[in-house]
Amino acid sequence: MTNHWNDIQHADVIMILGSNAAENHPISFKYVNLAREKRGAKLINVDPRFTRTSATADKYARLRSGTDIAFIGGMINYALQQGRIQKDYVVNYTNAAFLVNPDFKGPADLDGVFSGLNGNKYDKATWSYQLDENGVPKKDTTLQDPNCVFQLLKRHYARYDMETVCKITGGDSKEYEEIYDLYTSTCSPEKSGTIMYAMGTTQHTYGSQNVRAFAVLQLLLGNIGVAGGGINALRGESNVQGSTDHAALFHILPGYLQAPKASQQTYQKYLEDNTPKNSDPKSVNWWGNYPKYATSLLKAWWRDVDPEKSYDYIGKYDDDVNYSTIPIIEQMASGKIKGLFCWGQNPAVGCPSTRLVRRALAKLDWLVAIDLWETETAAFWQPEAGVDPASIKTEVFLLPAAASMEKEGSISNSGRWAQWRWKATEPPGDARDDLYIMSELVHRVKHLYEKESGVFPEPILSLSWDYAKAGMDPSAHHPDPREVAKEINGFFLKDVVINGTAYKAGQMVPSFALLQADGSTCSGCWIYCNSVTDTENRLMRRDNSDPTGLGFYHNWAWCWPVNRRIIYNRASVDLNGKPWAKDKPVIWWDGLKKTWLGDVPDGGGAPGAVHPFIMVNHGHGQLFSPGMTDGPFPEHYEPLESQVPNLLSKQQESPVIARYDKAVQEKVCDPMLVEGAAACVFGSPDKDRFPIYCTTYRVTEHWQAGQMTRWLPWLGELVPHMFVEMSEELAKEKQIRNGEVVRITSIRNQEGILAHAMVTPRFKPFTVNGQTLHQVGMLWHFGYKGRVTGAIANDLTPLVGDANTMIPEYKAFLVNIEKVRR
Amino acid sequence: MTEYIKLIDLTKCTGCRACQVACKNWNDLPAESTGFTGSLQNPADLSYNTWCLIRFDEIQNGSGMNWIMRHDACMHCEWPACVKACPSPGALVRTDTGAVVHDPNYCIGCKACTAACPFDIPRYSAEQEKIAKCTLCYDRITDGRKPACVTACPTGCLTFGSKAEMLSKADARAAEVQGVVYPRNPKYRTNVLYIMPRAIDVAQLQHTNPNPKMPTTILWWKNLFKPFTLIGMGAVAGAAMLHYMVRGPHEPHGPEKKEGGE
Repeated sequence: MTNHWNDIQHADVIMILGSNAAENHPISFKYVNLAREKRGAKLINVDPRFTRTSATADKYARLRSGTDIAFIGGMINYALQQGRIQKDYVVNYTNAAFLVNPDFKGPADLDGVFSGLNGNKYDKATWSYQLDENGVPKKDTTLQDPNCVFQLLKRHYARYDMETVCKITGGDSKEYEEIYDLYTSTCSPEKSGTIMYAMGTTQHTYGSQNVRAFAVLQLLLGNIGVAGGGINALRGESNVQGSTDHAALFHILPGYLQAPKASQQTYQKYLEDNTPKNSDPKSVNWWGNYPKYATSLLKAWWRDVDPEKSYDYIGKYDDDVNYSTIPIIEQMASGKIKGLFCWGQNPAVGCPSTRLVRRALAKLDWLVAIDLWETETAAFWQPEAGVDPASIKTEVFLLPAAASMEKEGSISNSGRWAQWRWKATEPPGDARDDLYIMSELVHRVKHLYEKESGVFPEPILSLSWDYAKAGMDPSAHHPDPREVAKEINGFFLKDVVINGTAYKAGQMVPSFALLQADGSTCSGCWIYCNSVTDTENRLMRRDNSDPTGLGFYHNWAWCWPVNRRIIYNRASVDLNGKPWAKDKPVIWWDGLKKTWLGDVPDGGGAPGAVHPFIMVNHGHGQLFSPGMTDGPFPEHYEPLESQVPNLLSKQQESPVIARYDKAVQEKVCDPMLVEGAAACVFGSPDKDRFPIYCTTYRVTEHWQAGQMTRWLPWLGELVPHMFVEMSEELAKEKQIRNGEVVRITSIRNQEGILAHAMVTPRFKPFTVNGQTLHQVGMLWHFGYKGRVTGAIANDLTPLVGDANTMIPEYKAFLVNIEKVRR
Repeated sequence: MTEYIKLIDLTKCTGCRACQVACKNWNDLPAESTGFTGSLQNPADLSYNTWCLIRFDEIQNGSGMNWIMRHDACMHCEWPACVKACPSPGALVRTDTGAVVHDPNYCIGCKACTAACPFDIPRYSAEQEKIAKCTLCYDRITDGRKPACVTACPTGCLTFGSKAEMLSKADARAAEVQGVVYPRNPKYRTNVLYIMPRAIDVAQLQHTNPNPKMPTTILWWKNLFKPFTLIGMGAVAGAAMLHYMVRGPHEPHGPEKKEGGE
């Protein structure tokens, strides 16, 4: 989230799409309702089905699953055509005025693709700006130049007229018009609109571009950096923000530093590749500090080793290989990955093509599952999973874990607040907290290397790990999470003087501005630098005073970066430092004291001294984003499995999506993988066998892959069975009565899965391009373990991912449904 | 003791069912073994072990769709039919907090309350031979806390406060959303009130009573027959006494002849 949960209360219009916030983020509705009650805010919900969110919305409209870009593209077009943009904001704070390389061509010119397409990859050379002699992009602040971003954007979205949009989405033009009018009313500087989204937006083969479409819209309306605005990703787990901050992802190191690639053999090359240069004096270009953060990280891990050397200790990933969920499954299936730690994860239920996942698990030598209960993943070898245990060779270890209230530590919420949590009670039995398990593992592996040595022992032997130096005694003292918090913040490794101030070795680094590239500081995650001081762990602060009245609570816990509660807040004021919205100022310039007041401002200096978007190279919000893999402007494509042709261009699906079907069939020839990857139903005879769109989702009562809730009696009582929701029209066609058991099949699972039919008027068929299309929806919470059990929805989903992130396409695929005759 | 009101603002309910679980948690009620009900409503109905239930109603008005989630629990009537109907003193009591509470120690399991309640709230357990229902968390509110369901509600749908405060809040909110307060019947007052959304008539919702009132049978029985019965009982006793005074004690008859005796 760019803003915070409690900031939703300052919005004038709230748009929820790609999310069922009322259901899956119930607390958010405290603030949605506050905004409605206190500000008279209006709530818009756009969703393929009528959800608990729709039930409470002021305006609801439908769209076919996977057509978000068409819907938002239509709104961008509406805003541009009607002049519903915040002009000053757009000219000064976004790259609208930047002149683009005249060789750049977009889908309007090339029938659905951008210039530079080569096979299934883009050569991005033409996705660049015209630079002046100093390397600063040339601008036309009148926004008239045909090559300026604004004109290119206008041309790109002119194709998204209301008629075309509705033809694609199956929505109603009158409803859309009302929503477009209402939402774009937030272009007024006094008003703000927020977009709340979740996995309905991201879990598509163009999920990143769905989010980009929101960004373009919000920048045009001047809704980023302001109170009640922003692009707010409602994160699915309470600490998922913390997990990404600390790099529980393959492609990054802590603090969103890049994971080294095989082509970056030296530290020098790694730093060069990742440190952007910019000669615009007004561009803060924060990533220009990259070497300071990377060096401090290496020094946190290997305090006594020169970073040039310790860089060699980090694994490098092959430049063209992706190591996210889908490729991990693939590599397990093909026998390349031999062992797996499954830490609070249940891939046997939660991953795409789970039948394949479970068979891939059986190819492992060993599996360690760490969870509160026995998960389907830990039990993939049991008869309930439909296998003969005798046929499984994998050695499985199940380590009971402590739940959140049974351990001390911190969690980072969606609004980036890192809050300390104290232990409320002891974990039951032999259950241990993650920190203990991890620390024991490190000590024992170190011990083995000390005793027996091994290949390349240096990274392990010289690793700085001061926690609970218990050696082999498991009953010894527990690692102290407060010490971990200190390492995350970082401290000085030797006595230094910076800008006239002396710092002693061991002192906490007060802010990431003081991290050094010379090895004199360490920091386990630079964005958290400033969270722990010499006297206090700020994560533990509990002062709920709110002097600005905007709900920033600067002395409650701590927020990265440097306790800034709304990021890009520099864009909430005009060039003179005056807030756009007088009644909800985020920051403002005090001309007498020459200082900023309110929230912690983004970037230093007087008003107008720096560009507001300090994290991007040129300092401007990116309407045109050359960094994307699949195009600088979001463009509508169909999901990989679709019943209809792309009505906007001849390019059916995104040309660069990550898919395995062809490669697998040609190279690997593993029948198992072919099954998981079998997709691309459009245009094939299978299109008629699987005519129904399907999407998967969650309900309030269960949690993710269900391993934490299906064991709880009170929650099991509420939603005890797997069900599939469908329209009355489809039920009539298939002669299915409400509550009956039906079989759902996809090309990947022709035996299908069983579920109860929930026949409801909340689902309606879509009319797309004159064709009647049915859509059904399933829960993905169920599995074969727990007090309440049910079929696994992901036994049907395709093994295909977004071009940028590889996030699987769970939200739109094709199935068939039939009544089970008994 | 303050008299309280629980206000349920249906324009704010998202059907998250935190109240339903919080109720079971605080009152230590076991989970039921439930089946698929065809909707999200589960368990299907209130029971001895389910005192609070979110009911889901899908209502199509013309082309529009309303999906109403309603917190259904005891309405805590000011003049409760269940208390009136109950023959066992102390088993059902309306307290001065407004909460109508039941005490299993005195409940004789006669089910008179279940038949009397205009909202069909008290539920009987054949196994326990007693009834149970929502107590407005009497044990919490007399300790200065809010009912468990209100504390758990994340959206501001459930609020709780003094009678005067909540009555004016209810009127103001109903005016704001152009809805109505239910049941706002001068002849039948409750300590639980709903804000009904504009588009919905209470009669369209399951398990509601648009015109709650004390059942006439109870009134006949308790106000008319019961006094008459008491008078009748008194009359019998009085007549017996009179008979005693006038005719003296009952004399035993002469020695019975034993047939076939000596």
